[in-house]
Amino acid sequence: MLRFILRRVLQVIPVFFGATLLVYYLVFSMSGSPIDALSGGKPISPAVVAQLTSQYHLDQPFIVQYGIYIKNLFTFNLGTSFSGRPIAAILANAFPVTARLAVFPLAIEAIFGVTFGVIAGLRKGKLFDGTVLIVSLVVIAVPTFVLGFLLQFVVGVKLGWAKPTVSSGAHWLDLTLPAVVLGLVSFAYVLRLTRTSILENMNADYVRTATAKGLSRRRVIVTHILRNSMIPVVTFLGADLGALMGGAIVTEGIFNVPGVGNTLYKAVLAGEGPMVVSIVSVLVLVFVLANLLVDLLYAWLDPRIRYA
Amino acid sequence: MSTDKISIDPTGTSDGGTDSIRLDKAARPVSITEAGGDERLPLLEIRDLAITFSTGSGDVHAVRNANLTVMPAETVAIVGESGSGKSTTALAAIGLLPSNGRVSGGQIMFDGEDLTRAGGKRIVELRGRSIGMVPQDPMSNLNPVWKIGYQVKETLKANNLARKDINKQVAEVLADAGLPDAARRAKQYPHEFSGGMRQRALIAIGLSCSPRLLIADEPTSALDVTVQRQILDHLATMTSELNTAVLLITHDLGLAAERAEKVVVMYKGQVVESGPALDILRNPQHPYTQRLVASAPSLASRRIQSTRAAGKESPEELAPDTAAVAKAEDVIQVRNLSKIYKLRGGLGKSTDFKAVDDVSFDIKRGTTLAVVGESGSGKSTVAKMVLNLEKPSAGNIVFDGVDLASLDRKSLFDFRRRVQPIFQDPYGSLDPMYNIYRTIEEPLRVHKIGDKKSREVKVRELLDQVALPASSMQRFPNELSGGQRQRVAIARALALDPEVVICDEAVSALDVLVQAQILNLLADLQSELGLTYLFITHDLAVVRQIADHVCVMENGKIVETGTTDNVFEAPAKQYTRDLLDAIPGSRLAVA
Repeated sequence: MLRFILRRVLQVIPVFFGATLLVYYLVFSMSGSPIDALSGGKPISPAVVAQLTSQYHLDQPFIVQYGIYIKNLFTFNLGTSFSGRPIAAILANAFPVTARLAVFPLAIEAIFGVTFGVIAGLRKGKLFDGTVLIVSLVVIAVPTFVLGFLLQFVVGVKLGWAKPTVSSGAHWLDLTLPAVVLGLVSFAYVLRLTRTSILENMNADYVRTATAKGLSRRRVIVTHILRNSMIPVVTFLGADLGALMGGAIVTEGIFNVPGVGNTLYKAVLAGEGPMVVSIVSVLVLVFVLANLLVDLLYAWLDPRIRYA
Repeated sequence: MSTDKISIDPTGTSDGGTDSIRLDKAARPVSITEAGGDERLPLLEIRDLAITFSTGSGDVHAVRNANLTVMPAETVAIVGESGSGKSTTALAAIGLLPSNGRVSGGQIMFDGEDLTRAGGKRIVELRGRSIGMVPQDPMSNLNPVWKIGYQVKETLKANNLARKDINKQVAEVLADAGLPDAARRAKQYPHEFSGGMRQRALIAIGLSCSPRLLIADEPTSALDVTVQRQILDHLATMTSELNTAVLLITHDLGLAAERAEKVVVMYKGQVVESGPALDILRNPQHPYTQRLVASAPSLASRRIQSTRAAGKESPEELAPDTAAVAKAEDVIQVRNLSKIYKLRGGLGKSTDFKAVDDVSFDIKRGTTLAVVGESGSGKSTVAKMVLNLEKPSAGNIVFDGVDLASLDRKSLFDFRRRVQPIFQDPYGSLDPMYNIYRTIEEPLRVHKIGDKKSREVKVRELLDQVALPASSMQRFPNELSGGQRQRVAIARALALDPEVVICDEAVSALDVLVQAQILNLLADLQSELGLTYLFITHDLAVVRQIADHVCVMENGKIVETGTTDNVFEAPAKQYTRDLLDAIPGSRLAVA
């Protein structure tokens, strides 16, 4: 198991360099000079242009710029944004917000999705099952931004049950609405996945054998159906955690959450290369680690998967 | 002129214990009857049982008017083909019908109690402690995420039989079922067990609470014959020690007759015949039972000579035939064939695994060679190499005078046309998205034979040859039965007018009656088209019916080879004798 973890961690290295190189290249090839973007199109003196060009190494070839960037990255110098703030500080502000906005909906979808999915699966074809299936279909079918604006308007503005936007501190309570919006879509997927998985396992031979052994229905469900059914669900939840940590650009935009998604979006619009690459590098790491977590959970749930 | 297998037995290959146990069990009910058995109540009595499944297209009456009785400590077998309702009947007795099934009439009396009226709680109480079950497929019946020991433990706990030293108890239960090194094995997961080991674990679970009735649903049909016999022997010993009655479900009449005192034959949801095992075998009354007895390979194996002699061919016709065979050239010559697989060891080390070790044989044109062995003996690897799907590590295969290793792309393509495979699983080897016409036509299209019209004529002709109606062309594999699918697979193999057909367990997945039909079809096609067969199988009984020559393989080596008659009448090697001996019903004297 240790060897497996070590190997997976080592695999992060090529993934990390590949991803940063690719993103750096894309940013490098963006049309328009970053200095124009910085000045907002206003004319600036050639001296300032020259000074900025050398400060950001814009006169160097691509690979040299990338090399300098990576060197700085490993000395924990992420550089400064065009507005003059250190990128590290901006990330330090944005990531905790996004982390909260990832864990919150994940809890919603895990708790409600799995519970409803299990009940629906065990009562296949009954009223509860039918209702839940239709509701989840609607949730999946409606785009996030529609759902977001709708909830913001109805719950936040009309009913006033929750704050329609998030203040700069982004406390847990403030995040309720965006978390519900983010959680709803995955909730529908988790529910359906759990339900299908339960149905499959309910008809498995070993479940029938367990029943034949004289186990009560409750024990059969808990020990033989639930654990086996959770294997695909855990995989989905882990991958979803990675995706949520990447920030939800649309949802963060609607509720004005000062998270990673929002920051990244603004940086892309402003053509801030170093900022974009820094954020993406961290996201790659987060994603790889989330997947590692999934693999380990998977091995724990399913002993057939052995990592030698 | 049947050679009774008992005459071969005295070599001491089989443990004599089995016979004595079986005799014991067989004798028991008789002595009881003599002593005025009327007082004894049956343990299980099924009366006029009807079971209905609700499906999308209406109700299906899976079981109708089924009656059977199991006395305490007696073994009763239900025999029938798949879909006959035998498993459904048995499952109803332990309250495990699928959710769309229900008992729609009749009674299931267990020890004087009607189980069809018993509540869910009562059934849970009875399961495990009073009625145990050993299910069919050892691969799918153990939960893959729990250790074997845990799965035994929870059985004991659920039935309130757990002792304080539960782990020791679990090891004992497993050891009783014949699992070696049980204490350590209990800590392993099902995927670390072989099929036979898993079945032992399932038997341990089924018998762990010393039930009064054990339902054994095809407990060994997924296993090799020799393993099958060990397991059944052990099961018989254990149930007789525990005084457990057994309701054995099987499709194999030979096995049923060998293991049970009474046999109940089911056909299309009804009990068509029941009575003492040997009576039914020797004197079947119902037409279906007669057909079953006639085509059960394990029983037919000793009669094949007579049926062949009594066949359509008169001796005069037969004589030139055999002469022609003697003259015929070898269409396939295999010399010193070996296949080595590298097994990954720790830290870049690898060990060699000899799957096939120095195998040589010839197949004469128009004859059938059977390669027999247990799983892991290397027989399928031989088939793959002869099909040129795997490269041999050493040795060579000569097809019609040309070494397969020397084939270039074009001549390989030509070789593929002349040598065709038929595989084991008719469910897996047909593309579910292709209709039957497209399936059979595909090889013709690939090899650019004929135009659209002539190909259609050819497909019709092929369907006719395998006795499928032309109307089946537009149907899809999932609409056909297993036997029909295997016919489609044969038609596809024949589409290119091959010279050699390699059948890798081509009839193993089929019910006995269907198996008999397919074997007859293959034999007819051979005499019509002069085909050569290489028949890979684990089933010696089938070999007897189809093969001219036999190679017996063990651990990658050929241990015995000869004409079918010689190998069956006078096996030279211990291993062959073991295999022959393990055929269910081989020790029964029928006729």
